[in-house]
Amino acid sequence: MGAALVAEIVVKAKIRTLLERLGEFPASPEALRDDADLHAAGLSSYGTVELMVAIEEEFGVEFPDTLLTRATFGSIEAVAAAVSSLVGAGAAAREEAA
Amino acid sequence: MTATLIEHTPAVRFRDELLRAGLLLATGVDGVYGRAERFDAVVEAVEKLIGRRAEGDNAELMRFPPGMARPAFEASGYFRTMPQFVGTVHCFCGDDTDHRRALECHALGGDWAEEWRSSDVVLTPASCYPVYPIVARRGPLPEGGWLVDSASWCFRREPSLDPVRMQMFRQREQVCFGTPERIRAFQTRWMERALAMFADLGLRAATDLANDPFFGRPGKVMANGQRSQRLKFEILVPISDPERPNACGSFNYHVHHFAEAHGITLANGEVAHTGCAGFGLERVALALFRRHGLDAASWPVPVRAVLWPSEA
Repeated sequence: MGAALVAEIVVKAKIRTLLERLGEFPASPEALRDDADLHAAGLSSYGTVELMVAIEEEFGVEFPDTLLTRATFGSIEAVAAAVSSLVGAGAAAREEAA
Repeated sequence: MTATLIEHTPAVRFRDELLRAGLLLATGVDGVYGRAERFDAVVEAVEKLIGRRAEGDNAELMRFPPGMARPAFEASGYFRTMPQFVGTVHCFCGDDTDHRRALECHALGGDWAEEWRSSDVVLTPASCYPVYPIVARRGPLPEGGWLVDSASWCFRREPSLDPVRMQMFRQREQVCFGTPERIRAFQTRWMERALAMFADLGLRAATDLANDPFFGRPGKVMANGQRSQRLKFEILVPISDPERPNACGSFNYHVHHFAEAHGITLANGEVAHTGCAGFGLERVALALFRRHGLDAASWPVPVRAVLWPSEA
């Protein structure tokens, strides 16, 4: 299994854990497919904000304004893609600085 | 230099005109005004006009004071999403010693209010907010849902030199409870009614998709969600600045936000959906003064006939 695939699986597992901890999310994240619509599954607008804050803390990233949209938090897959792009960008910036 | 710029904004010029004409009375706080009889007569006429446009809806009338219960306010989540607008009521709960300390503090130029504590009253941010807990306490909604016609003084902490942006103002707001289809139909009906009403008042109005001014970075996600789901529309009219029309009313679909927050269910036990259609009464009055002049007696006869039909 490639390193990138392992990283993706880890990111998605962490996102499921964060969803599980949300006070206002009625669905079971374990039972959700990666591409399932989180909003349809009961992720409220405030739940979206809680998820955003939790992800920023967990991964040490900050979503730029362009990613502060409903679509970014539309599915586990979409959130993972956003996180990977931010973590990747952060790592690249650190390498450049080093 | 800055002072010169401020003096020349259309908003400040309009405010000065209103104050000079004696329609609004300065209190020393931006956005908090006294109202002269000639101003309030228009506000009252606008409110009655909205009431006439709602005739036949068989809505339950509810009228509220400017404050609401803190637990209901907290349940609504308003302070989580728009903390910048919130006004809480603080009261003195101390004894003689605390009172003396407050007076001494004031004499020394300090803040006497530090001895005051937050109470169980919060200033109402929108007329519909006190409605939800009352409807919730009655149990499941009747078949077909429910409709409330509410009015309240409201408070939003956004001091501004623009008279359109008041901190304390009145709202007349219809609140609809039921299925998603019922709420969407209600939202559309009131947007059509509002456009017709403003046209009858000789005001150039347009409706547009909108979002609430949610606070901070999280607020950007919420605003985006509100827009992408087409939950909020406003009716915009040029008032202070012809180039920048202001919202005089809004038509909102809350999905199940308020119903879940307060426990409001349909007759079949499912979580209800809610929506509201509200007008800022002072803003409509200001739009009229701006469009037709500061002397309501000289407004066009058809406009006066719409506002004061008994005089026609």
